Amino acid sequence: MFIADYSAKNIYDEMFSNEGFPRKSYDFVKTKMESLGGIELLKRSSSAERALMSLGITFTLYGDGGEQERIMPFDVIPRIVPSEEWINIEKGLKQRILALNLFLNDIYGEQKILKDKIIPRDIIESSTGFLKQCIGLKPPKDIWIHITGTDLVRDGAGAFHVLEDNLRCPSGVSYVLENREVMKRTFPELFEKLNIRQVYDYPYHLRSMLENLTDVSDPVIAVWTPGVYNSAYYEHSFLAQKMGVYLVEGSDLVVENHKVYMKTTKGLRKVDVVYRRIDDTFMDPSSFREDSLLGVKGIFEAYKRGNVALANAPGTGVADDKVIYSYVPKIIKYYLGEDSIIPNVPTYLCSEGADLNYVLDNIHNLVVKAANGAGGYGMIIGPKASKQEQEDFKELIKADPRNYIAQPVLNLSTVPTLISDKIESRHVDLRPFILYGKDVYVMPGGLTRVALRKGSLVVNSSQGGGSKDTWVLG
Amino acid sequence: MLSRVAESVFWMNRYIERAENYSRFIDVNHQLSLDLNEEVPNQWLPLVHTTGDYELFAKKYSEPSPVNVIRFMTFEEENPNSIFQCLSKARENARTIRENISTSMWEVLNEFYLYVKDYRKLYMETNGEHGDTLSMSLSDFLSTVRKNSQSFYGCSDATISHDEVWNFSLLGRFLERADKTTRILDMKYFILLPSVHDVGSTLDLLQWLSLLKSASAHEMYNRKYKKIDPTDIAEFLILNDTFPRSIIFCIQEMQEALEKISGLKEGLPRNSAQDATTVYLNRLKSENIKSIFDKGLHEYLDDIQIELNQIGSKIVERFFTN
Repeated sequence: MFIADYSAKNIYDEMFSNEGFPRKSYDFVKTKMESLGGIELLKRSSSAERALMSLGITFTLYGDGGEQERIMPFDVIPRIVPSEEWINIEKGLKQRILALNLFLNDIYGEQKILKDKIIPRDIIESSTGFLKQCIGLKPPKDIWIHITGTDLVRDGAGAFHVLEDNLRCPSGVSYVLENREVMKRTFPELFEKLNIRQVYDYPYHLRSMLENLTDVSDPVIAVWTPGVYNSAYYEHSFLAQKMGVYLVEGSDLVVENHKVYMKTTKGLRKVDVVYRRIDDTFMDPSSFREDSLLGVKGIFEAYKRGNVALANAPGTGVADDKVIYSYVPKIIKYYLGEDSIIPNVPTYLCSEGADLNYVLDNIHNLVVKAANGAGGYGMIIGPKASKQEQEDFKELIKADPRNYIAQPVLNLSTVPTLISDKIESRHVDLRPFILYGKDVYVMPGGLTRVALRKGSLVVNSSQGGGSKDTWVLG
Repeated sequence: MLSRVAESVFWMNRYIERAENYSRFIDVNHQLSLDLNEEVPNQWLPLVHTTGDYELFAKKYSEPSPVNVIRFMTFEEENPNSIFQCLSKARENARTIRENISTSMWEVLNEFYLYVKDYRKLYMETNGEHGDTLSMSLSDFLSTVRKNSQSFYGCSDATISHDEVWNFSLLGRFLERADKTTRILDMKYFILLPSVHDVGSTLDLLQWLSLLKSASAHEMYNRKYKKIDPTDIAEFLILNDTFPRSIIFCIQEMQEALEKISGLKEGLPRNSAQDATTVYLNRLKSENIKSIFDKGLHEYLDDIQIELNQIGSKIVERFFTN
């Protein structure tokens, strides 16, 4: 069952070269899996699923026949990143985070990059992520983006590119940690033999990064969740639990005298650091969206006065706007004087006349995305869309060109994946997690998301994607 | 700890305790029905009265047949107190406080919930519609519910710090348990004997015995008393301060938990929840079973329930709302 009919032609497969030979990093895994055989593999896969079900790592599907709980689809065949490639990724991600942070400091401060005309001013000012309220803000230690999840993809030749930065509330790290625990139970023999870099200490790094945001000794730290109905609620509670900090909802918090308190059984208790998993504009109805029911009145003012630290800082969204993304190589050059180590995917800006015409004429060959879209919403994959869908999307673009970018359809790399009782190739991307505290920490590996539908390039979990454990060797 | 979390911990434990009690009620009633002949009518209706959900039951079902009562108390989605609903709610509460409990507690509860949910599906598909007896497998189900709830307690005891979270757990569990013990005792009020001549008859004693079993108390009772006697049974379930399901034991546990939560010992400034509990505990200590029976057992049990409700609302006021 295993390899015999697996084919990965005309594409970069993580496990097999075009000639059909296993890559060096996969040698041991391939041999071991073959010796286990198909039946054993299926057995272990279903026991891994059971473990995830017991742990309650599920999401709820509503449909006919009532609600059904499903586990996040998880595939037991790992994705391996060879260490020599990882070294480069790690460097590239650090470079990117440092530059983007300098960019945020500048954009909400002196705006030198605009004065030097590296980025057109109107692009910044028209970005929905750019918050005027944050102008002049000095976040603790001058760090804006404390937690980042940057999406990487390989092109047809196997080179890594940055697909997008997620600088607001990137999610998925809990799956990385849980997947790893399950994999250790599923294939202990692989872990004994291979030197797989560990990820279990991520919550400790996260906690010490959060502690670094305040000078209070023994600070009170809270993860702020929109609540149990949020799709990432599991992750919020997971992180709070692993860090040993409070998990709060907006209604647990109150601001008095510009200080943030939580309501406890012993009265109000001051909160020093908040890792918020709630969007900027929902945070504080008195400063941003008045209609936010999730927010806490006055928390932004408390933050501005330095009475509470927020991670990530409000306003970071301007740096992951997909239009501004296209300027990141220039941003790196401008602030660091370096060339970017991991290239961007070539990007067309619909706000630029020539690009716009190209996009409208070639939409059938392009992926077009809303500048602030996320989760696979607000996008079109030209080659997979009908003529009518293409025409409809063109109207959307013409109505608001600033809000759209386009990229060539990348032939994302594939990894062998267990699909019912066969092994088939499925497209993947990779989301490593980066923490910026005293130093920049890059988690070795990250979340490999898998597009489970045959031929699909959409890996988002909200669009039915699954995940794999990611191994960095050595 | 956060007030919201304290409230969820409290309710999570109440629901699990409630599910455990329901499973025992149903199972014992079934055992009793096997011992009785058909001359005893409405064997199952008292159960619905005992749980205080008669009105809801009557709205939904036309007659108190075994299958209807069992279905109502175990799997009925519209009954907020059915075992299935208790587990769903306990798990929902646990989900909102996962960072406060251990992974193994969560796993026990989650698997418990999945078990009940799967069994319910099976039951609804097979026995539910036309089955008319408690099958062997339903009896297994009820016993698994009890075991699971006890593993949950055992697991809590052994895997989380005995700090505030733990003390709010005890508060929820013992408040619920005290309430259920009053209802068990009151069950006899609703079980009518065929005639007054049957007082003291085999049937009467059998009913009292099953009541003891509903509180898992018959073995401990037998060690202390020599024969089945209504007065002794009431005394045991109300005033025995070493048996973990007696009213007085539950109140003692609550008082101790409240003391630890507040960090205040007697003689220091106290809160109203503590006060109410202490006052009530002292009253119980001064009572004896004769005075209780003089007042009338049913009336006395009503009073206890009112007391418990008042303590409950003081806990809500003091700790959950601010």
